[in-house]
Amino acid sequence: MYVSPVREPLISGEKSYSKVTEDIYAPMTGKPGKFWFGGLTLALIALGFGLFSIFITVWDGIGTWGLDRTIGWGWGITNFVWWVGIGHAGTFISAILLLFRQKWRTSINRSAEAMTIFAVMCAGLFPLIHMGRLPLGFFIFPYPNTRDVWVNFNSPLLWDVFAISTYLTVSLLFWYMGLIPDIGTIRDRLKEGIKKKVYWFLSFGWTGSARHWARHESMSLILAGLAAPLVLSVHTIVSFDFATSVIPGWHTTIFPPYFVSGAVFSGFAMVLTLMIITRKAINLEDYITKAHLESMNKIIIATGSIVGIAYITELFIAWYSGVVYEQYAFVNRAFGPYWWAYWIMMTCNVITPQLFWIKKIRRSFAATFVISIFVNIGMWFERFVIIVTSLHRDFLPSSWSMYSPTWVEVGIYIGTFGLFFTLFFLFIRFFPVIAIAEVKSVLKTSSEKFIKKGK
Amino acid sequence: MKEYWRSLEDLLPEEDASQEKKSSVVLSDTSESSKNTRRDFLKYFGFSIASAAVLAGCERPVKKAIPYLIQPEEIRPGTANYYASTFYDGAEMVPILVKVRDGRPIKIEGNDLCQMTGGSASARVQASLLNLYDESRPAQPMLDGNPIRWEDVDTKLSETLATWDTSKEFVILTPSIISPSTKKLLKDFSAKYPFVVHETFDAFSYSALREAYKMSFGQPIIPAFRFDQTKLVVGFNADFLGTWLQPTAFGRQYASARKLTDGQRDMMRHVQFEATMTLTGSNADERVPMPAVDEAYYLAALYAQLAKKAGIAVPSVDAPQAIVKVADELADAKGKSLVVSGTNDSNIQRLVVEINYLLENIGKTILVDRPLNLFQGDDKAFDGLLTRMENGNVGAVMFWETNPLYQAPLQGRTEEAIKKVPLRLAVQSQQTETALLCNYQLPAPHFLERWDDTELVSGVYTLTQPAIRPLFKTRSPQENLMAWAGFEGSYYDYIKLYWKENIYSLELAKGKQFESFWKVSLRDGIIAGNPASASIIYQGADISAIVKANATATSGNDLELVLYQNVPVGDGTLANNPWLQELPEPVSRVCWDNYVSVSPAFAALRGWTQGDVVNVNGIELPVLVQPGQARNTLSVAVGYGRSNAGRVASDLGKNVYPLVELSNGHRAYVISKVEAVATGSTYELAATQSHHSMEGRALVRETTIADYLANPASGNEMHEKVEKLHTTLYHEHEYKGHHWGMVIDLNSCIGCNACVVACSAENNVPVVGRNEVRRSHEMHWIRLDRYYAGDSDNPEVVRQPVMCQHCDNAPCENVCPVAATNHSSEGINQMAYNRCIGTRYCNNNCPYKVRRFNWYDYTGADTIPNNRMDVAGMTLDLKRMVLNPDVTVRAKGVIEKCSMCIQRIQDKKLNAKKDGRQLADGEIKTACQQTCPADAITFGDMNDPNSKVSKLLKDARQYGLLEELHTLPSVVYLTKVRNKDKNKTLS
Repeated sequence: MYVSPVREPLISGEKSYSKVTEDIYAPMTGKPGKFWFGGLTLALIALGFGLFSIFITVWDGIGTWGLDRTIGWGWGITNFVWWVGIGHAGTFISAILLLFRQKWRTSINRSAEAMTIFAVMCAGLFPLIHMGRLPLGFFIFPYPNTRDVWVNFNSPLLWDVFAISTYLTVSLLFWYMGLIPDIGTIRDRLKEGIKKKVYWFLSFGWTGSARHWARHESMSLILAGLAAPLVLSVHTIVSFDFATSVIPGWHTTIFPPYFVSGAVFSGFAMVLTLMIITRKAINLEDYITKAHLESMNKIIIATGSIVGIAYITELFIAWYSGVVYEQYAFVNRAFGPYWWAYWIMMTCNVITPQLFWIKKIRRSFAATFVISIFVNIGMWFERFVIIVTSLHRDFLPSSWSMYSPTWVEVGIYIGTFGLFFTLFFLFIRFFPVIAIAEVKSVLKTSSEKFIKKGK
Repeated sequence: MKEYWRSLEDLLPEEDASQEKKSSVVLSDTSESSKNTRRDFLKYFGFSIASAAVLAGCERPVKKAIPYLIQPEEIRPGTANYYASTFYDGAEMVPILVKVRDGRPIKIEGNDLCQMTGGSASARVQASLLNLYDESRPAQPMLDGNPIRWEDVDTKLSETLATWDTSKEFVILTPSIISPSTKKLLKDFSAKYPFVVHETFDAFSYSALREAYKMSFGQPIIPAFRFDQTKLVVGFNADFLGTWLQPTAFGRQYASARKLTDGQRDMMRHVQFEATMTLTGSNADERVPMPAVDEAYYLAALYAQLAKKAGIAVPSVDAPQAIVKVADELADAKGKSLVVSGTNDSNIQRLVVEINYLLENIGKTILVDRPLNLFQGDDKAFDGLLTRMENGNVGAVMFWETNPLYQAPLQGRTEEAIKKVPLRLAVQSQQTETALLCNYQLPAPHFLERWDDTELVSGVYTLTQPAIRPLFKTRSPQENLMAWAGFEGSYYDYIKLYWKENIYSLELAKGKQFESFWKVSLRDGIIAGNPASASIIYQGADISAIVKANATATSGNDLELVLYQNVPVGDGTLANNPWLQELPEPVSRVCWDNYVSVSPAFAALRGWTQGDVVNVNGIELPVLVQPGQARNTLSVAVGYGRSNAGRVASDLGKNVYPLVELSNGHRAYVISKVEAVATGSTYELAATQSHHSMEGRALVRETTIADYLANPASGNEMHEKVEKLHTTLYHEHEYKGHHWGMVIDLNSCIGCNACVVACSAENNVPVVGRNEVRRSHEMHWIRLDRYYAGDSDNPEVVRQPVMCQHCDNAPCENVCPVAATNHSSEGINQMAYNRCIGTRYCNNNCPYKVRRFNWYDYTGADTIPNNRMDVAGMTLDLKRMVLNPDVTVRAKGVIEKCSMCIQRIQDKKLNAKKDGRQLADGEIKTACQQTCPADAITFGDMNDPNSKVSKLLKDARQYGLLEELHTLPSVVYLTKVRNKDKNKTLS
């Protein structure tokens, strides 16, 4: 296949097929390093603290959070939306970019998908524990029962249940589907033992036959087809939680596209943050290159700019609507008691990503790392601004109040980081961080070796 | 080896046989397995029954519900009985009905046979029920700290009385006794023991008022005031809607004179001059901040103005602008006006009496021939008692529901005097500070546990009857006296005899036999006859000396301190009451504490902000910046800082009674020598509202009387516009039967907060405590939003009761994922607590923010152990007796809100159905409506064109709160109208 020599190679170094396998398999062999153990311990401590905070919440009540009669959702739902947003990158990369035949996705899709799943797990935790009566949470499922009570299909919160669970299921399937050939590869490299048996089981009898490959390919396409609309629908539905309400600052039709692009924006930022560390930590610099960085940063500029436009549109519409409540809500966001949150959001989400117009910055790992963290912070504050500053001063000034989180809420947030990184550390140890088979599929066209040959 | 078959038969039968075998195997299999299944089934069956029984036995503790051996006739389980009784706490007297369910009083309501209150009751009357179930009540008699039996008390005290040294007094110190039977008993008792002296002590003194009437009318009376007969009321530091004299009755009169419904076209005008921003002042059409020390000057000026008009020569007083204008207005409203003052100063009260005389109000709005029996205490007499105690003339003092050590410490003099008395008895239904100094602590029953009678105004009698057997080893003070004196029978017999001998003869019986008269009186609770008209006439008094002495204003630069009673806690007698402590003060909306109110200007001058702790004359209190406060006036509520009141009230706020000094012989609640310095520390007050401006939103719509008369829809122009724009894509609900609705007349509502307590009592609303209120976790289903408008030095105040608006297009209903909140076929927005999983989405989406979430387990309804948030003992079995069994007690983690008293609706509907009749309009009353002194709330069927609600809905003043959101609320407001000329104001 002819590849333009102008095109930057996606895999640097002179890689052969077996070299690729060895490189990616390397972090899974031998004793894990101090970095890994240290990181896992920290993550487990955070997870334990989170579990304790959840215990306090369930035992004593939601009163242990900083919420009140006016502000029914605070950090809990902020974190939920934030994590769901982060969980958008993986499936976006693997499904939508697959459909668009973007080859650069092959190096990052595996870990991005894993991240998606872990992030969605973290996200899913919040709607559960924010319930006042968690043990009765099963009421939310439309199961047949003798009392003839049914769920309320008008409620966006119910749509959330379906959206999130479907998304998690499809993402998990997609991710696992992609893993099967690689698990097969690992299985074949292992000597007899329990480990081999486990991988043997997990590989579902993968032999790499043409028939297996054919089915794998078509299944991947089908799942990509299923997952692509889900990427758009999940955050659309999450945005409905707000958009269908009457609260000024929530009640806006711009939310679905604005939330989706925000989600991809934050998801990519999170992928970048993690990938930049991972590639260094486990020597995958040849597979995750500046070319990848640049491609991802371009998506960040695009989605970041959409988000920026959305912010400005919101302001314009608030003024244009002529509704006093709506106008007040936006003035209050910018100049009210939570002005700092608004301006952090504005700075991090609108201004910093614009730096990627400069080629030097968008090709710099260090700069990208810093900016990706800014974006993560900014997107967290976006959700905080939407949820808390809209609620804290709504229609009746008599009920206005202020919100600040308690240690319990902070603890649960830290706990979700613990959960996320625990799973991530286990993932990088037990599964190939880069899709071996998929990278190999682009080796002939996009690796440095072959592009050079083309010259 | 090959198998050879010999013939076709050889081959085929085998096949057949195998087929047969197969089928037989199948058959035998089934029979085999079914055999096993049957036995297994029985095993499993037995095991599950046994384990279910065991598990069920484990989970549910056995609770005893012991049936009556002989079922009393009037008690039907699940059906409430109402008993007429009377509330009297030494300050306010209100005839009540006590709702008793299964032997427990669970609600107090005003007695609607009483013309004075019309069935309404103040917040304190409503809340007094909870004092019955107060676990801190004295439970058994004590002598010098040791428990003692009542028999021994009786023996010892009978002996003491029999061997009394007659040179010494035996003093019985009571609050104002309004019971004719008790008065007679005291007389009988002192007839038997001539050394017994009865003295009266009021927790909050009104003695200057009585003295003023004595000077002008010859008798120390408090007349009856008729606010309903007025066209103009001018108040001077008198919080007559909140605490002064008879707030429930006055609130009712006041609102009735200001209503614009039922064709009434004119409304009374109310002007208030005051230092502290009170509930009454915040209702005034015009309010003038006035230093409390200048009250005598303002009144002298007013008197001088009026006297000049009447052609009476008085020393000239340079009158402030506002007084000149008010004098003109008053002169135009002669005989239809009323000037009142709440200051306990004889000069001030004398000026007021004379002003009212000049205005020809005596006999019209002030009925001197129908004096009130309230507040008989005389500070000078109390002073005399203290002197006698100090001099050792008093051998024993019995504190009969009085607490002078707390309410009148008089710079330690009271304590010293009490200590000089050798024998000290405290007869009290609640813990008091004074009781700690007593040898005998004799517990008295709560008023719902005992018999009594009252005569508030001569000729109007009420009975107090027990609604429950005494919970503790208590005995009423009257029974004590009877036991010690050896009188025959019980106090009940005594009352009955008194009524037979004295009241039956007053021709109130209308020809009935005594027994039936007694039963009717007991059933109705109130018997009113022709009052024995006291012939009290004006005797004239020269007050020119007072006018002369007060002819000039003070410099106005000195700080002053005003001690006042606030609406929830009053004089502090009922302080140990969680419902009252949790009730926000109507103006500041702060609860669980007292504080120093300072004007915004003064706070700015000193650099104080809300919550700064300041030291005022040695007492450290947090600052509350109060718009409308007179510039140099600091105000602090009394009734807090109880050191021995029980679990709830102890250590709430600070006690400022020690600052009260005698002035002209009366306890003065205005202190002119004040030093206030910031301490540098801060304290967070628990306020239920932190933002005080409406932000230009049309929430409370108001107009002036002139505009209203020109256009009844004035101030409400927006309503028509919104109605025109209303459009929807969706089908609206259809209501084939009832469609409940509520109309709240903002012009009637005086903001007294009685509805809040009534609602809490009716609907088991949790008490959350100070810290939870600080975190905005208060649970009240109805609240009174209060907004300020205009100048912060003297703002206009508006109030709005807000509860669930029962929207026909409710934002909360469609967002609940489990359909726990839904719409009834009668238009009520319902909560199914069992179904609620607590996502709080409904609360977020409620534009009115009336939904309340159970943040913790406040009431003990949760199944998780040891996780309760209970600062007020509300989860104790004793206090839980107050719970209304008709209303679910909500568990931790569910949302709750106003149900429009659905249990009352169901009850009345069922009654009508049982009787086979149509439900009558007005039959169903919600708890808030029932207790409202101002009749501001009307509830009824909007589908019935003749209902009161339907008629009010045609009023041009009606609008829905946030109606522009198209939530279609079933609660509708009527605009507030101010009797004020925009172009001609007083100040």
